[in-house]
Amino acid sequence: MPTRRSRAGELLLTAPSLVWLIVLFAVPTLMVFAVALKPVDSYGGIGQGWTLQTVLNLRDPNYPAIVWRTLWMSAVATVVCVGLSVPTAYVMARAAPSRRQLLVLLVVVPFWTSFLVRIFAWKALLHPEGLIKRLLVLIGLVEPSVSLLYRPEAVLMVMVYTYLPFAILPVYAAAERFDWCLLEAAMDLGASRIRSFTSVFLPGISRGLATAVMMVFIPCLGSYVIPDVMGGTSAEMIGNKIAQRTFVDRNLPHASALSALLTLAVFLPLVVRWVTLWRGGASETMVRAREGAGEEML
Amino acid sequence: MKRSVLPYVIAAAVLVFLYLPIVILVANSFNASRFGGSWEGFSLRWYLRLREQREIWYALRNTLVVAFAATIISTVLGTTAALALHGWGTRLQRVHYALIYTPLVVPDVLIGISLLLLFVALGVRLGLGTILLAHVSFCISYVTMVVLSRLQDFDASLLEAARDLGANSWQAMRLVLLPLLMPGIAAGGLLAFTLSIDDFVISFFVSGPGSTTLPIRIYSMIKHGSPPLINALSTLLIVVTFSAVWVAQMLSKERRSER
Repeated sequence: MPTRRSRAGELLLTAPSLVWLIVLFAVPTLMVFAVALKPVDSYGGIGQGWTLQTVLNLRDPNYPAIVWRTLWMSAVATVVCVGLSVPTAYVMARAAPSRRQLLVLLVVVPFWTSFLVRIFAWKALLHPEGLIKRLLVLIGLVEPSVSLLYRPEAVLMVMVYTYLPFAILPVYAAAERFDWCLLEAAMDLGASRIRSFTSVFLPGISRGLATAVMMVFIPCLGSYVIPDVMGGTSAEMIGNKIAQRTFVDRNLPHASALSALLTLAVFLPLVVRWVTLWRGGASETMVRAREGAGEEML
Repeated sequence: MKRSVLPYVIAAAVLVFLYLPIVILVANSFNASRFGGSWEGFSLRWYLRLREQREIWYALRNTLVVAFAATIISTVLGTTAALALHGWGTRLQRVHYALIYTPLVVPDVLIGISLLLLFVALGVRLGLGTILLAHVSFCISYVTMVVLSRLQDFDASLLEAARDLGANSWQAMRLVLLPLLMPGIAAGGLLAFTLSIDDFVISFFVSGPGSTTLPIRIYSMIKHGSPPLINALSTLLIVVTFSAVWVAQMLSKERRSER
């Protein structure tokens, strides 16, 4: 940040990261679309020439079902996460300022454990010999023969578990700035508790809600490990198919065609959000959640 | 105004939901039982057996090598990027910002497969080198965002004072800005280190023979291995990350109280 802002200084500071990200992020992302139009070669690499066959193969009757499942599972996980985050964020924002930092910390701490460890912890709990399965059988809610693992509900629950803090943090950040007098004013003017909640509080934190939706929905669309570990074939998502085409069949053009589809699905909500709201909210929350520095938001 | 109890009940349930699996996992790592459905007495045997798992220690070594290298490179690139973004408001910086921002929201699967395509197309041999390139690519964005947020708190008049006292812009940056920015740079580097250590999806796509990292090893243990060993290993990891983050928090508190 020199006081005299020289062009040479700017280029010197910009070039390293700019060139790195063009070569190792922008170009590869565009390559996904190009390779989708390439034939596969006999060594599992990328062949010469161009073909539309791979893209046309996406009409395979299996894929629409998987794309549909990816969309609805991500949507359900998003609704549940945001639904749980609103009351949680409300409680956090209404707590005494001295206790808020502790509450934020409590939400962020589970994030400091490895992603794989958290998924495995759930697998162990839902395992036929695991604690939850035994408890449910004991109180007679579940037949001993029913498996809790390898079904879409198990995948959904772990997705909610994994992404819930990503919903709570932005909603809390918005609720923290909310002026509670507005709620009291609404009730003084005769609004019921529910009415003042839906017509005053929710609109007041709408920006946080929009960020939360993005923060959960987009990573859910790209889920791969969670359905892979928790779900069977009945819970496969696009991410699983991309991995199968890459590692099992070694058909990179096919994996690329699927990835191109996923890229479009991911960028669509991003573009909508860029157009409708201010930039940056999602990335900041992401960094803060990962950094574990929720206190920064106070 | 009377407040509803419902939000408090939900918030409490959310906290239980967030902690239950982790607590059970840690408890089960000391459980003599193999499946952990019931308590069969305190035991350290899973930890003792962990010591014999040579692949785990080999994978840990790979993970640390990659994480240290990725942290150094991405911290340098992320810091220069933040200085450029903060210092200039040109159209180039808007493109630069978009390139830094977008990887933060793109799912790991897409970053992994696209890098694999690049490496295959260029004929690069997959291994620790490609994992390192991939890790630096996603760490740059995080470091930049952390350093950028600290730069926005920075008092620019300090630089003007340095210039008034005869420092050229390079000296002002090296002797005034960088030392004051150090805690932010360290925080960014620490974040990069933890992200690199934790990454599974991207590493899995660009790994080759012999370049198993710890998360890749844990994944194959989850798919095929023995659950109690993973409990013990996970507990060790939890202890290490919690202490690292705790130290980082203490450092940043110190810095805050100094101001």
